[in-house]
Amino acid sequence: MLNLEYMWGLLPVLLRYLPLTLQMATIAMFFALILACLLAVVRVSKVPFLNGFSLLFISFFRGTPLLVQLFLFYYGLPQLISALISITGVTAAVLGLTLHFSAYMAESIRAAIVGIDRSQTEAALSIGMTQSQLMRRIILPQATRVATPTLMNYFIDMIKATSLAFTLGVTELMGATQKEAAGSFLYLEAFLLVALIYWAIVEVLSWGQRRLEIYLNKAYQR
Amino acid sequence: MISLQGITKRFSGHTVFKDIDLSLAQGEIIVIIGPSGTGKSTLLRCINFLERPDAGRLQVGDLSVDTQRASRADILALRRRTAFVFQNYGLFANKTALENISEGMIVVDKLPKAKAHVRAREILERIGLADKADAYPASLSGGQQQRVGIGRAMAANADVILFDEPTSSLDPQWVEEVLSLMKQLAVERQTMIVVTHEMQFAREVADRVVFMDEGGIVEEAPPEELFTAPKDERTRHFLRKILAPTGQAVP
Repeated sequence: MLNLEYMWGLLPVLLRYLPLTLQMATIAMFFALILACLLAVVRVSKVPFLNGFSLLFISFFRGTPLLVQLFLFYYGLPQLISALISITGVTAAVLGLTLHFSAYMAESIRAAIVGIDRSQTEAALSIGMTQSQLMRRIILPQATRVATPTLMNYFIDMIKATSLAFTLGVTELMGATQKEAAGSFLYLEAFLLVALIYWAIVEVLSWGQRRLEIYLNKAYQR
Repeated sequence: MISLQGITKRFSGHTVFKDIDLSLAQGEIIVIIGPSGTGKSTLLRCINFLERPDAGRLQVGDLSVDTQRASRADILALRRRTAFVFQNYGLFANKTALENISEGMIVVDKLPKAKAHVRAREILERIGLADKADAYPASLSGGQQQRVGIGRAMAANADVILFDEPTSSLDPQWVEEVLSLMKQLAVERQTMIVVTHEMQFAREVADRVVFMDEGGIVEEAPPEELFTAPKDERTRHFLRKILAPTGQAVP
């Protein structure tokens, strides 16, 4: 039988590590969004040189496992660049998550931009807008609505992926659970509880996502 | 004063039209008619560089542009002097009727937002949609959307408004309200070039009707002349085909 009393007692212990998990995810998401927008706009506008760089970047970070990338940043690169010796596990994890997810998000933002009807571009150009005004005021706001469901999915994925930071020695939610479980030998209880915590976070986010989508769709109600 | 000199457009080797000359004075209303696929819309789109002409010179007001050497600044300047009304309205889907009209004033003309909104409300009043200021395009009927499209063109304060088959994608019930708004603009002597299949509108409103066929201007004349005594056989043939089924007098 499950030791419910142990789980109840473990809950506040684990929740102390929740802020670190959420911090890593939100910081990584923030930078990943910016980077993804830049990569997507570079791809759509076919900016010379940068376009090739974007392609290579997206190809590499989509084409290799996140865990490999994290190990590369934390254990690998410091051997090459001595300044990185002092890189913390948290920094390496945030860096890895940012780069990894920006590659995926860039592609969904690009698809959203390309999917906006050509009439929107023509109308904006016909009234004398420049390319960057067109992007900022017409295309990106409309692409945001299209891309939001997939971007939220990536954010959810990212929150769960922060658990990999424990392999870099970071004591976040997963790392803390691992330590507690190793001390009590109640692996089932500990990992079940942490699974429930992740699940609860994702449910809260899904609720937020639905609200956000209703808001973004208000211009499209007939 | 607007003039096109020797405007030529090719699409991947195929010449759409060649050496088109056309000019109109301020306050003049020109209607372009002709069979589908003769480049009427493309010609209109060349005037504001939605299509880049392959040769020729464009003059709008005090701006004269050699289309082969047009710089980015030339193109922006040209677009500010022309306004376009699209067949499929092309309203900004993420903006309300009011914002669709004020957008250009704010972004392109750099008017303060409050001032632009006051002017946009005046325009909404004139196009009879004052009560729809906060409605998004998706909730408007086709006729209302096209009236907002025309309102957006009016807001541009351009030397000429270019209408590209403005009623062609409308349900029949909405055609009249759009045409009557265009007639209202004609009464105010708004300079315009209209590509349309609405022959009755051409008769009533145009100062000059231009007939285009096979990539060229076949003839141009005031409507009473062109509709009753066309000089070219091709014009006569086209008018018979299009007017006879509607019960209008044929040449």
